[in-house]
Amino acid sequence: MANFSTNEFKAGLKVMIDGEPCSILENEYVKPGKGQAFNRVRIRKLISGKVLEKTFRSGESVEGADVMDTDLAYLYTDGEFWHFMNNETFEQIAADAKAVGDNAKWLVENDVCTLTLFNGSPIAVTPPNFVELEITETDPGLKGDTAGTGGKPATLSTGAVVRVPLFVQQGEVIKVDTRSGEYVSRAQK
Amino acid sequence: MASTYHAHKNKLLNWQPGASIETLRKRAALLAEIRRFFQKRNVLELETPCLSRHSVSDPFLDPLTVIRSESEQAETKENKTFYLQTSPEYAMKRMLAAGFSDIFQISKCFRDDEIGRYHNPEFTMLEWYRSGFDMQALIDEVVELLRLCLKTDSHQQVTYTQLFQTHFELEPNRASLKTLLDLCCADNIRDYAKLIYQDSTCGKLSKEAAKDGLLQLLFNTYIEPYIGAEAPCIVTHFPASQAALAKLDDSGQFGLRFEVYYKQIELANGFEELTCAKTQRMRFEKDNELRRQLGKPQRDLDERFLAALEHGLPSCAGVALGMDRLIMLSLGKSHIQEVLTFDFNQA
Repeated sequence: MANFSTNEFKAGLKVMIDGEPCSILENEYVKPGKGQAFNRVRIRKLISGKVLEKTFRSGESVEGADVMDTDLAYLYTDGEFWHFMNNETFEQIAADAKAVGDNAKWLVENDVCTLTLFNGSPIAVTPPNFVELEITETDPGLKGDTAGTGGKPATLSTGAVVRVPLFVQQGEVIKVDTRSGEYVSRAQK
Repeated sequence: MASTYHAHKNKLLNWQPGASIETLRKRAALLAEIRRFFQKRNVLELETPCLSRHSVSDPFLDPLTVIRSESEQAETKENKTFYLQTSPEYAMKRMLAAGFSDIFQISKCFRDDEIGRYHNPEFTMLEWYRSGFDMQALIDEVVELLRLCLKTDSHQQVTYTQLFQTHFELEPNRASLKTLLDLCCADNIRDYAKLIYQDSTCGKLSKEAAKDGLLQLLFNTYIEPYIGAEAPCIVTHFPASQAALAKLDDSGQFGLRFEVYYKQIELANGFEELTCAKTQRMRFEKDNELRRQLGKPQRDLDERFLAALEHGLPSCAGVALGMDRLIMLSLGKSHIQEVLTFDFNQA
């Protein structure tokens, strides 16, 4: 893998820091009046998702990380692994619970997700921004209620719980924003 | 076919200036105002070369090098290599030694690899010298210029030592390297501080240079963000090891050097100038020694500059101010590219 110098650091670059693949978020060049320049760099550790700041000597190099994003369709889970398939090559990749994390609750069969691969193995799974899921359990709402008010909790087929308006009923399919975990609308049939 | 391709490609190229017409009009007006400021005070505008045989010895400034093309006049390597000036300091001091007592210059300066929100490898510097001025007299003049350009009606003045006493209850001149390292305990700077410390313990870097490195890290991380937020803050009396080309005070412990900070921007650096040729030569040699420790190329001493000092530099004070940063502050811009026609990436 190529090395990158601090003056090549820019948002989105993937590098190895402390033995972990990281994504650069921000890079600020600092030069004291009469002294050695350094770079204040904000990074996200790709495995833990932790964001931190580090200081580098200007001109210092770090190794690039063999990290790539690939779009794959979600197939099924066997309880231990979540299986995905490349729709063009039919090649399959399995991601473990660590890589899938909390996003397991947004995985819908055949939905195309983004898998982040580090040295070929998945370290993160990002579901589509919007998914459609069926409500398996929710209290019946009051008749005549429209949007607004506080809403009510609803459990979806994957186990995810979201707040929905009172008029939405059990058995309906709804659209959810996976980034915020919020109800968007009833699914368009 | 080919021309269609280029026409298409050029549409995608961003050829437009980074600064708006409005900004560039204000920039021009500010430059005119600064020239009037100096005319009124009988300070003469000069132009010294951008291209010079010598570059400054400062171990932390990297010049851009210009190689002359093959010609009979440029047979030897010495005659072929020129440097774009990182500041017009040496040349302006030669003018002072030649009898010009009050001079200013607005010129392009170049520093390699300095790219960021407040840095562009090619930038505009306002530099001026006043004969017979001590550090305080020049600070007062800088404050007047800031009042004119930035409409600031007050300022603070504090010494480097006072800042470290307030923020760390520490005398920067007396603190040990280990004490400074212990202060750099936050996650974001610890590893960097350790590298500097280790370079010193294994003898790669002098103790003094390592101490300066840690002091600067602490200053930039914990002090700079909290000074000059409301009004320009002038910091004076830097440790002697950071005096650069400034005279030392009577105690010999502090350089008569000042820096102006305002709204997170380091705006200007000034000196009550060192006039002793012998001391200047020693500082050059010390810079070269630090360059050797850092694995950086040695600098030939600028003997013309030293000869001028030997001839005699009047007692004077001088300051360099980043014009692009002054314009950023004046117009409330957050990135240097917003006040330049074309920044380095667009040039």
